[in-house]
Amino acid sequence: MSSIGTGYDLSASQFSPDGRVFQIDYAGKAVEQSGTLIGLRGKNGVVLAVEKIVRSPLYEEDSGSRIYSVDKHIGIAIAGLLADGRQIVETARKEALNYKQQFDRPIPIKVLNDRISSFIHAYTLYSAVRPFGVSVILASYSPETGPQMYMIEPSGSSYGYSGCATGKAKQAAKTEIEKLKLADMDIEELITQAGKIIYQVHDELKDKLFKMELSWVCELSDGLHQIVPDEWYKKAYTAGVESKRDDDSDNDI
Amino acid sequence: MEMSGNDWMTAKHSTGTTIMAVEFDGGVVIGADSRTSTGSYIASRLTDKLYQVTDKIYCCRSGSAADTQAIADIVRYSMNYHENQTGCEPLVAEAASEFRNYCYNYRSSLMAGIIVAGWDKENGGQVYSVPLGGMLIRQNCTIGGSGSAYVYGFVKEFYRERMAKDECVEFVKKTVLHAMYHDGSSGGVVRIAVITKDGVERNVYFAPPEPLPNVSPVVRMVSA
Repeated sequence: MSSIGTGYDLSASQFSPDGRVFQIDYAGKAVEQSGTLIGLRGKNGVVLAVEKIVRSPLYEEDSGSRIYSVDKHIGIAIAGLLADGRQIVETARKEALNYKQQFDRPIPIKVLNDRISSFIHAYTLYSAVRPFGVSVILASYSPETGPQMYMIEPSGSSYGYSGCATGKAKQAAKTEIEKLKLADMDIEELITQAGKIIYQVHDELKDKLFKMELSWVCELSDGLHQIVPDEWYKKAYTAGVESKRDDDSDNDI
Repeated sequence: MEMSGNDWMTAKHSTGTTIMAVEFDGGVVIGADSRTSTGSYIASRLTDKLYQVTDKIYCCRSGSAADTQAIADIVRYSMNYHENQTGCEPLVAEAASEFRNYCYNYRSSLMAGIIVAGWDKENGGQVYSVPLGGMLIRQNCTIGGSGSAYVYGFVKEFYRERMAKDECVEFVKKTVLHAMYHDGSSGGVVRIAVITKDGVERNVYFAPPEPLPNVSPVVRMVSA
């Protein structure tokens, strides 16, 4: 961001002369301060992984979670301002419920993505509001559609992904993800790779305390979105910690 | 002051009706008579009670003509909107659910018995019935309207699962003809639509002069 403001950053409803809406850029800055968040879409499922930065050792372990379920079959992960993210989750849940009541079937993630994107985009248009300081990843799986994943930015634009990352170390995480052959990976590989990436990109000098959060929605979970069971979490954790140790020993030389 | 024999001046238009829908191998066949009555007066003898909701979803209307037209118009609008928003053809179950929601929420002010039938990519040919109180149920074969009371036995006797298309058309035609024959408020012609993955095929069949086909002329009592 070469220039800041100079009067064009006070409102979400005004362009700067070079065609930017500064409030949206600033919302992006809020996301960049958040713990890293990645999504991997493999052969038969999607895994969401979050580097949850813990700001005080006094917090309860499961507080400040960044992964939620929108419906039985859809998971959402938030990077950025947690309070803004909760608002998005609420909206997403309402949309899912409305769809189910009107059409008697679960909302397709494509439809949910459209609706949430529109909602986030609407908050970039008016002077009386500020944009959401969040990026979210939506994930789902069904036998008919296979695994699906979308990421939405603070601007309200969204794309479908096979692998995506946002938050502090998104660049490092993306380079790692690009090395993977995602389309061939089964759920076990996805989970261990997700664990590795989260631990590798974590910067223990800047953020000492953190907890990895992991969820999946896949064939194995019967198309349900869930926080991964303990024994699977351990696999990711071990893979993560070991890869970190390997990294460190490289540095010793 | 008594006015007799003029109920048609004040009575509501209603589709005193026979309607029907049957799933078959590859799609659905729907059928209806064409009479609209106002009390005992025939307001129309060529009504179309088969209403196109989307490309491949139809509904059969019975009950108040006004109520069912209004609901069908609303659902058609809503399904079109849904199709534009999602970019894919609506499912039959989605349309049926929409009908149910209106029929249930306004059940105290409506007189509508609707059959929703059609074809979609996910579940093929399907038939859903939304009767008076606003219930929703999927059935392989369903009949509705005042005329249906006369042909429950016929349908029970002759309906078979996974009929071929022509056989199914013949079955629906015969059922509606019998109902039209016995029910005073059903009549006119038989309208039939066949909905498959390839689209909709519509036909009209005239009621034959009596006696009906396959009905033996007169059963005589043999006296001693």
